[in-house]
Amino acid sequence: VGTRQPYDGVVVTAPVTVPYRRYSTNTAHWWVGRAVHEVLKTAGLKSADIDGLSLSSFTVGPDTAIGLTQHLGLSPRWLDHVPLGGASGVVALRRAARAVQCGDAEFVVCVAGDTNQVDSFRRMLSTFSRFAQDAVYPYGSGGPNSGFALITRNYMKHYGATREDFGKICVAQRDNALKFPHALMKKKLTLDEYLGARAISDPIHLFDCVMPCAGAEAFLVCREDVARSLELKSARLLATIERHNAFPEDPIQYRGGWVLDIDEFYGMAGVTPDDVDFVQTYDDYPVICMMQMEDLGFCGKGEGPAFVRSHTLTADGSFPHNVSGGQLSVGQAGAAGGFLGLVEAVRQLTGETLGASVPDAKVGVVSGFGMITYDRGLASGAALLAGGTA
Amino acid sequence: MTEPLVRPRRKNPLKKTRVPLLPQGVRSRTALGLTEAAAEGRFRLQVCADCAAVIYPPRDACPRCLSARLPFRDVDNRGTLLAETTIRTSTDVYFRERMPWRIGTVQLDAGPSIVAHLHGDLREGERTRLALKLDKSGQAIAVALPVEDTPNMADDPQWRELTCDPKFRRVLITDGRTAVGQALAEACSAAGASVVFVGVADPWKPFPGEERLRKLERVEIVALDLTDTISVNECAGEYAPRVDILINTAEHVRTGGIIERKGLTVAREELEIRYFGLTRLAQAFGPVLRARGADGVNSAAAFVNLLSVYALANWPAYGAFSATEAACLSAAQSLRAELRPGGVKVLNVFFGPLETEWYQAVPPPKVAPSALANATVRALQQGLEDVFVGDIAEDIRGRLAVSPKALERELGS
Repeated sequence: VGTRQPYDGVVVTAPVTVPYRRYSTNTAHWWVGRAVHEVLKTAGLKSADIDGLSLSSFTVGPDTAIGLTQHLGLSPRWLDHVPLGGASGVVALRRAARAVQCGDAEFVVCVAGDTNQVDSFRRMLSTFSRFAQDAVYPYGSGGPNSGFALITRNYMKHYGATREDFGKICVAQRDNALKFPHALMKKKLTLDEYLGARAISDPIHLFDCVMPCAGAEAFLVCREDVARSLELKSARLLATIERHNAFPEDPIQYRGGWVLDIDEFYGMAGVTPDDVDFVQTYDDYPVICMMQMEDLGFCGKGEGPAFVRSHTLTADGSFPHNVSGGQLSVGQAGAAGGFLGLVEAVRQLTGETLGASVPDAKVGVVSGFGMITYDRGLASGAALLAGGTA
Repeated sequence: MTEPLVRPRRKNPLKKTRVPLLPQGVRSRTALGLTEAAAEGRFRLQVCADCAAVIYPPRDACPRCLSARLPFRDVDNRGTLLAETTIRTSTDVYFRERMPWRIGTVQLDAGPSIVAHLHGDLREGERTRLALKLDKSGQAIAVALPVEDTPNMADDPQWRELTCDPKFRRVLITDGRTAVGQALAEACSAAGASVVFVGVADPWKPFPGEERLRKLERVEIVALDLTDTISVNECAGEYAPRVDILINTAEHVRTGGIIERKGLTVAREELEIRYFGLTRLAQAFGPVLRARGADGVNSAAAFVNLLSVYALANWPAYGAFSATEAACLSAAQSLRAELRPGGVKVLNVFFGPLETEWYQAVPPPKVAPSALANATVRALQQGLEDVFVGDIAEDIRGRLAVSPKALERELGS
């Protein structure tokens, strides 16, 4: 196995959230436009300075990234479209970092934005993928809830996870979200409320599900010295991994692609899981959070339930997890859900938090997961970020 | 255990008839191979011709060896239900009004994992057999069943969405003068139909088998002359809202090809009874069937055509007859598309020469009318769309699949 080059000298800066709305009459283009505008404002750059653009969106169709260059009046020399849902943030960053490192671009804006119109979620489900069309949607049309219900059910049976364990994850995230101004969920959630919520697709109940909404997230990737010259606080990129369609022979998903690359992940960064101050998992469903705690090396396979029981998971407690509340409490703004954890991680590491702060956060792990085209999430990725200077 | 169905009460005429809705029926072209298998009640998946991998969902390249040679083949349908969920919230209007709905992940012994509908008597962790069925949209879905039959299993509500079971349904058999019509009346009655209307043209004229037919339980003779538009319309005016399954048993079998038969008299008769008879039935009963596709336990379910297998390939010894049957088959294909919005199936039952007087000179094997009737009822219970009854029908079908040209020469020699 060849050794990958590190990402020395590459940073992430100008973390931006365009406040979410449950439903929006605006288009995805509007949301993307607001996010890019906010990045420029934050970084003190003009459109002409932007020579790299990476776009993630489910609802920008029929356009892709190229259409957005004309729409937004950008003339980048490096362009990417990352239709990877929950993995899009990590993947966009990973590619942009190489472009910056190699000099193909100086300033890459990575943006994810989606609108949510009254019927757009249903329409997206039925046409999400060919396998979904042929082999999932005709089966009760429960959407991702029923697909993840099967994964959750199987995981509970094999590893003894309980609804209380998943509830703890959701309740801790809500506690974190109560301090985060952009979270759509503003009410405290108790474990009793979680347990008593109505069933959606057993064992998935209401508070296991994210709320689809409209919103956008963005960040800027550039060299560390460039960021410093602009007086921008930034987070350094220590390592990333990405893997798709790992373990196709598993009859039902209980692990993700992280498992294959995790040693290299920490090896490249020169850190261990013990050095990590907070973790931003992709939380489309709490079982996936638990799976990531295992697969990212914080505990062994099957130890997720015990791990959750032995930590607070809150921003100020032990094992700070999804410190702005995650999608479960902030909302799932389409592909922006794949950016949410990353954008918040940059804020934590630069000390520019909007809500809860992890005390003395130096190293954070951000994980991405996405694209359940048939019976399992195909894409997985992770990034290790650090604050301060090298 | 499945709760046995309760005989539906007489419908309140003031109540709104539920509009038929369909589950999503869009499929990739490759996935239609599953629909083809389901239409005949087979369990077939793609099997890689190069590495023998069994593949699901349908693909255009083998995920193991990238081969493009991926024919659908019969495969072992046994597996294990790994996980199940009961869906209580759906974005789809069809499923919304049928909640809760159970699905699960089945690992087939043959390899792949299949997300399937679940029969009510199957539980997580149990062994299962999978079947491919046509849902209300007319497309294939997989359904997981208990390994052994269970009491009342055909009454399971999710299963009954997939079948056209005559139980508690009202059947119209369009011609009770034929041996097949009479056998079907008996078979439908035995299968638990609420009532079997049997059409007879000029019922005051006696006919063989009449006495026995009139004695069958829940059989009611009604006046119906398929060659008379007014008669068909009057029958529909009286009975169409109460017909859930229509079985067209009209037949007109005469020997001879096209040249030797002088004039058009016989050809016109054939068309009058078969093709135009079918057209009259479709026009008179079709709209009501289509509107009643979701009307409860005794919703409209099927329009059944009994077709000579020579509809598929002309047998010149019965050349003109074969041509008329081909016309009926073509009309049936159109009917399928026209009735689909109501979730009403068109079942085509293909059969070879029958044990009746009109096939007197044809050597065996021949099909007994009772065998044809029983096969038709079984096909309804299984929700099939195409069935082949008897050795000749299977033989013709097999030869047609190999070489239509060879079959044409063989039938004509």
